[in-house]
Amino acid sequence: MAVFWRSAIGKKVVMAATGLIGVAYVIAHMVGNLQVFQGADKLNGYAAMLHGPFKGALWAARAVLLAAVVLHVVAAWQLTQLDRAARPAAYARREPQISTLASRTMRWGGVLLLVFIVFHILHFTTGTIQPAPFVAGDVYGNMVGGFRVWWVALFYALAMVALGFHLYHGAWSSARTLGVAPPSPRPFRRPLAATIALVVAVGFALVPLAVFFGIVK
Amino acid sequence: MNLTLRVWRQPGPAAAGRLVDYDARDISPDASFLEMLDVVNEGLLEKGEVPIAFDHDCREGICGSCGLMINGVAHGPVKGTATCQLHMRSFRDGDVVVVEPWRARAFPVLRDLVVDRGAFDRIIAAGGYVSVNTGSAPDGNVIPVAKSDADAAMDAAQCIGCGACVAACPNGSASLFTAAKITHLALLPQGQPERGRRALRMVAQMDAEGFGGCTLFGECQEACPKEISIDTIAQMNRDYLVALMRQRPDPVAASG
Amino acid sequence: MELNAKIPAGPLADKWDRHRFELKLVNPANKRKFTVIVVGSGLAGASAVATLSELGYQVLCLCFQDSPRRAHSIAAQGGINAAKNYQNDGDSIFRLFYDTVKGGDFRAREANVYRLAQISVNIIDQCVAQGVPFAREYGGLLANRSFGGAQVSRTFYARGQTGQQLLLGAYQALEKEIAKGGVRMLPRTEMLDLVVVDGRARGIVARNLVTGEISTHLADAVVLGTGGYGNVFYLSTNAKGCNTTAIWRAHRRGALFGNPCYTQIHPTCIPVSGDFQSKLTLMSESLRNDGRVWVPKRQGDTRPPHEVPEGERDYYLERKYPSFGNLAPRDIASRAAKEACDDGRGVGPGGLGVYLDFADAIRRLGEDTIRERYGNLFEMYQRITDENPYRVPMRIYPAVHYTMGGLWVDYNLMSTIPGLFVIGEANFSDHGANRLGASALMQGLADGYFILPYTIGDYLAGVRLGAPPADHPEVRGAMEQVASRTRRLLAAHGSRTVDSFHRELGKLLWDKCGMARTAAGLSEAIQRIPAIRDEFWRNVNVPGSDGELNQALERAGRVADFLELGELMCRDALHREESCGGHFRVEHQTEDGEAKRDDERFAYVAAWQYRGDDQDPCLVKEPLEFESVTLATRSYK
Ligand SMILES: Cc1cc2nc3c(=O)[nH]c(=O)nc-3n(C[C@H](O)[C@H](O)[C@H](O)COP(=O)(O)OP(=O)(O)OC[C@H]3O[C@@H](n4cnc5c(N)ncnc54)[C@H](O)[C@@H]3O)c2cc1C
Ligand code: HEM
Ligand code: HEM
Ligand code: SF4
Ligand code: F3S
Ligand code: FES
Repeated sequence: MAVFWRSAIGKKVVMAATGLIGVAYVIAHMVGNLQVFQGADKLNGYAAMLHGPFKGALWAARAVLLAAVVLHVVAAWQLTQLDRAARPAAYARREPQISTLASRTMRWGGVLLLVFIVFHILHFTTGTIQPAPFVAGDVYGNMVGGFRVWWVALFYALAMVALGFHLYHGAWSSARTLGVAPPSPRPFRRPLAATIALVVAVGFALVPLAVFFGIVK
Repeated sequence: MNLTLRVWRQPGPAAAGRLVDYDARDISPDASFLEMLDVVNEGLLEKGEVPIAFDHDCREGICGSCGLMINGVAHGPVKGTATCQLHMRSFRDGDVVVVEPWRARAFPVLRDLVVDRGAFDRIIAAGGYVSVNTGSAPDGNVIPVAKSDADAAMDAAQCIGCGACVAACPNGSASLFTAAKITHLALLPQGQPERGRRALRMVAQMDAEGFGGCTLFGECQEACPKEISIDTIAQMNRDYLVALMRQRPDPVAASG
Repeated sequence: MELNAKIPAGPLADKWDRHRFELKLVNPANKRKFTVIVVGSGLAGASAVATLSELGYQVLCLCFQDSPRRAHSIAAQGGINAAKNYQNDGDSIFRLFYDTVKGGDFRAREANVYRLAQISVNIIDQCVAQGVPFAREYGGLLANRSFGGAQVSRTFYARGQTGQQLLLGAYQALEKEIAKGGVRMLPRTEMLDLVVVDGRARGIVARNLVTGEISTHLADAVVLGTGGYGNVFYLSTNAKGCNTTAIWRAHRRGALFGNPCYTQIHPTCIPVSGDFQSKLTLMSESLRNDGRVWVPKRQGDTRPPHEVPEGERDYYLERKYPSFGNLAPRDIASRAAKEACDDGRGVGPGGLGVYLDFADAIRRLGEDTIRERYGNLFEMYQRITDENPYRVPMRIYPAVHYTMGGLWVDYNLMSTIPGLFVIGEANFSDHGANRLGASALMQGLADGYFILPYTIGDYLAGVRLGAPPADHPEVRGAMEQVASRTRRLLAAHGSRTVDSFHRELGKLLWDKCGMARTAAGLSEAIQRIPAIRDEFWRNVNVPGSDGELNQALERAGRVADFLELGELMCRDALHREESCGGHFRVEHQTEDGEAKRDDERFAYVAAWQYRGDDQDPCLVKEPLEFESVTLATRSYK
């Protein structure tokens, strides 16, 4: 285990595994959120169900997620340090050839995501931050209230763009990190990752936008 | 054709370096990039100045000695081509060409454009071989090898050890080089007995040399004169993980 | 002085086995106590280092590149021969032996060549076991191709990168031994002199090419696997760094130099394109399996190739040598190309080129098969010439490629200096006056894996060597000489660059001591070279200091040695009043322009002894006896 964590590949594998947990979560979460379009009762009912009968599962999930995010961030931090140290002197000129913008923004995009997640939990889960009055249990109301505030909607929308990018690279690269990707004549093709990234980002962003433009009231 | 070169000059390993401008006059488009440097160096020598130091030997794209960062691209603009096989017809008259050495913590600059790639040898020494002593081999045809496997192994075995993958990688990672050797031997029956041990030890050495991790940017494959695929990196990761799960990590790998 | 080749008695086929049995063995416990210096990490050097270390010797290995993996062997393209007869086409050890002796125009030692053919089969097994990815048939068995000078298909290959894969195999074995602690590797270190104490080779003087530090390394035996000296011609297919320094310094210390004039001109190289040219690129001669060589019949015919109708093309190799056709041996194919061009029928810039045409092969086998076989060679050609050989025929011209000559060695690969062994291209080798394709890799690996490791043991077991005499005057003397020579080069502060001298020498040798040699031309060269050498020492300009990485200084030292070797080559060529293999004396040819050997007077190895700068070298002959083959006129018609 020590060997595993000490090696760069080991850390990367942790990133990939925790990242994929994240992927699974965001997909589920997004689907859940889309119920907002079916009205307050549906969504609040769903939330109530999670917080009620499924409380145990919820807490289990929270534990897993927390652990995943922590590991993911720690590994990301350590790898970034390692990678920076590997090139102490920069080139006077460097022209990226085929690395995608997504791959090159994993780090800052990641930081943005971290900020988002923290803000997001303080906003919707704990209600610590209240751009609009927060009513525990009234998920629908909280959303509609929150996303009427322009900067909240904007921040969420931007965060989702970051997420889309993160997944466009991450969902593809993790398969290689874990060594499960089969050899291919065109290894950079990534239909699945692209779909996931697009669906998740759009699916999430719909909500704040719909509220802000008054489609959901 | 005439060009302006902006070349990294550094008198020694410890000394500070800087970019210096030179003009390359009436260069033939049929000359190779290194022959262009020869012409510039002859000019410097005639003036009694110290010529630009750069590594080169075969000038056929096979020994892996040469390797320059040309306008921010490892081995220059032509894909699948080592610096010595790059010809001046790929440049336009009047171009400004920035020439830098490979830059990585594990590749210290020795002088001008010459770097020390000894780390690669140490990665191979860590396990990039099949442990058979001379004289103990069975007949070459005893173990048939599927043509497709032999071909795939050859694809990976073509690595010339130039270091362009490291130079091009934003993380200064040696993943492609290490993975190429691991993949070459993993695809052949002769490589199986030591497969796991090899992966563990070579990866440990790669880290110990101070190379970065792999974010899968893919720049390495693009820079590789032999166009070795990043699929080899997936193969390396798989072999590494499987080995870790299977056996107790051996002490050398652990202390890596 | 007398040369004793130490060829074992007995029937040809049993010589090696019997000899191996008779060789003294070093007891395993004592091997650790012996140190061997191996200069060179090419096929010969690396394979020797790995094997010696496996046997338990302490080995110190040097190379001038930054890694042992970059030795010039890496560039070998076509393949390696072995008498496996996997193709069931009638090959055998004796046939490989015969082809090699005949290919060498009956100027090689029977016993050595037979041993080489015997060992060839073990080499393939060894390399396969190391994981060398040789080409395979669909059935999973090893594939073969035929190669110049042979009518059987016995050449093993790994795409167009056979040398690379074989060298990486040996290199990996070497790294394995480094990891085990048996080998100390010194890359970027150049041997500049040999240390001889009490008549025995006891070490070397070497320069660290990064720090410039000059130091001595002492041992119980020294092995040179330092490659060929083709770069004496400046333009050759050799890697830029290839040089003669190691063997030349050893020659000056008393090792005889065998057949220096035997150089091989390779028929299929990319023609020169300008005076900036720094080296010539070989197109593996395996291309001649499917490519057809031709020139227009009419002189000065400037039409593009596709406009020259079939009837007006001269497929001269097929015409002159019906049975071998385009696969005629190198020396013959090269000379034929030269004749065609001298005859004003050459193609391309300066009329210095002939066509190598794949149109028929592509029509017959399809472009994919051709790409499968020669893809990377075609790419290389296109990259250099900007022409697509799938569409227009390649243009090729002969270029210096290989040197059969080298330090004289006996059957045990030991030079005339006890304790100094020479392997690979650096020795005068088993190729006689001409080397067949795919046989140098075979020889290098045979020497390194399977011969030297036995024979060196016999030497070490047989002598009482004291501890290396670090403070012996000979040792300090050699060190001082190297230092002062380096200082001289830096002190000249002349007005000409090292390369300008190298080019001048190269041109002279190419004209006078190249594909066609005359007494007049050679005598002229022997007059002019000392003058060039003179000016070099007075007027060369080497900037920088000796205490740093100084590539101009490295080159200067090598060129200085080439300037001495070049003269010896011409003397050897002048004295050999016959034509044989790569050595073609215009005065000695048949009316239809074929080489004319003189077995009465010249069936011997010419070994030259250095006797000081102010004296001419003296010739020592090793007569060649042929018991198993009858000396025939070498005909490929
Ligand atoms: C382009 C090309 C293609 C070829 N193709 C084929 C082929 O298809 N088949 C075939 O059989 N043969 C082929 N040959 C010939 C064959 O490659 C060589 O003859 C053979 O590889 C020589 O191996 P070697 O080990 O003797 O020397 P090399 O491989 O040249 O190694 C010489 C070593 O000595 C070291 N060295 C030299 N001088 C010094 C010094 N002063 N101090 C320290 N180190 C020194 C160098 O660093 C190097 O490590 C080809 C040759 C060329 C040029
Ligand atoms: C516009 C997009 C999003 C909306 C509208 C949204 C909405 C919500 C809401 C309303 C809650 C509270 C649910 C409850 O308390 O019952 C919640 C919780 C949460 N969201 Fe989001 N979310 C969005 C995007 C994201 C993203 C991208 C992530 C992860 C990267 C994320 C991670 C979480 C987490 C971890 C919780 C806490 C779950 C819990 O433990 O209760 N959310 N989200
Ligand atoms: C919490 C803040 C986050 C940070 C700081 C962060 C950071 C990073 C970084 C730096 C990488 C690249 C690592 C490398 O290859 O060098 C990465 C990869 C990845 N991230 Fe994140 N990330 C975060 C959140 C997320 C989330 C929410 C998800 C999923 C929804 C996710 C999924 C992934 C995946 C799948 C990878 C690919 C791993 C690989 O290439 O093997 N990350 N992350
Ligand atoms: S993988 Fe490619 S780029 Fe990297 S060292 Fe090998 S040949 Fe060079
Ligand atoms: S560019 Fe670097 S990040 Fe990985 S894929 Fe190549 S090594
Ligand atoms: S000089 Fe050998 S690969 Fe470029």
